[in-house]
Amino acid sequence: MQIDLRTVSIKPIRNTFDNIARRIGADKPASRYQEGTLDMQQTANFHYRPTWDPEHDIYDASRSAIKMADWYAFKDPRQFYYGAYCLARAKQQETAEANFDFVENRGLAGTLPESVRDTVLKLLVPLRHVAWGSNMNNASVCAYSYGTGFSQPHIYHSMDQLGIAQYITRVGLLLGDVDTLDEGKRAWMEDDAWQGLRRFVEDSFVLKDPFELFVVQNVVLDGLLYPLVYETIIDDVLSSQGGTPVAMLTQFMTDWYAETKKWADATVKIAAAESPENKAILTKWLTDWRDRAAAALLPVGRIALGERSDEVMGEVVQQFNARMAKAGVAI
Amino acid sequence: MSTVFLALQTNEDTRPIIEAILQDNPGAVCDEQPAMVKINADGKLVVRRETIEEIIGRDYDLQELQVNMITMSGNLDQTDDEMTLFWKS
Repeated sequence: MQIDLRTVSIKPIRNTFDNIARRIGADKPASRYQEGTLDMQQTANFHYRPTWDPEHDIYDASRSAIKMADWYAFKDPRQFYYGAYCLARAKQQETAEANFDFVENRGLAGTLPESVRDTVLKLLVPLRHVAWGSNMNNASVCAYSYGTGFSQPHIYHSMDQLGIAQYITRVGLLLGDVDTLDEGKRAWMEDDAWQGLRRFVEDSFVLKDPFELFVVQNVVLDGLLYPLVYETIIDDVLSSQGGTPVAMLTQFMTDWYAETKKWADATVKIAAAESPENKAILTKWLTDWRDRAAAALLPVGRIALGERSDEVMGEVVQQFNARMAKAGVAI
Repeated sequence: MSTVFLALQTNEDTRPIIEAILQDNPGAVCDEQPAMVKINADGKLVVRRETIEEIIGRDYDLQELQVNMITMSGNLDQTDDEMTLFWKS
């Protein structure tokens, strides 16, 4: 008996789902991100309106003042769906663990000058509560916003902020002890330096418009807080005073901000390019909240920078304005 | 002119790369075979890091391409930003 081996090329009958094919223009292979994002959210057959909000459908685009012809115009440049997100963060978690091990095993925390250690604890530990606030806010945006392209990145962002709060807690425990955390909470609740920021965070909790909340939390507050605290104070100012180990411990925050900034910019850009009305609303939100955030962060910056806080804050705001101008909203 | 080509495995990693190559090389022809995508071009084929980065939304090292590359033909000129296949005349 003779057996002939041959290669049979089997053409797939279809490359992707019909709804994806309609969106990407043809039946061609789609990425996991596209298949896991486009049209994922249910849009029809809502029999009852939620009892907790009878004015709206459970997913309702009218919750926001921003109007989009198609909410799936929003795309995450990082293309995070659940799998890709977990892989990316697992990798960063490993790096962070290695950094913490490095600092712990070599006793680098003990080598920090007393003044730097004090500044870091005073500045960083209360920021746990800001990160937790962002965790709440992002979960809220995810819950009430419309379209998976916009809502999906927010739940990742929410989890990221929980992680950041935990990293800050670990820095507090490494450089101080359990009382340090209590002291941080007390400072957050009572010290004058923190009350402006606390008020900002608490005011953001009651915002009903998911897109406004996105702007307030992820564009404005993060856009000023991270360059000020992590990029300027920790990576520059404190490092030059012998605080490099701290920069290792907060590496995740620096990297994370650089990464998420791209997504925030892309989202603002798409919304602003949609219509002049959107642009006007965004300009108003960005300007109002930027001024509030800058004023709230000024005394926080003073903890580490003293009198230089005004000058540094001015630079940070200028960078922020330039960033928004690039995204299409001149403020 | 003779043809240069680059053959890549068909998977999630290479899809954006192929898209980038086709964007940067209007003359390139994409030949989809089972589990392999072969990209043919007349004389010259350029793979640009920037285009790939734009599509995948993260930093990319052209060396990562090697993991999914099956074969190629042509003289190779590689820098941090570009990988060029061509025939020296």
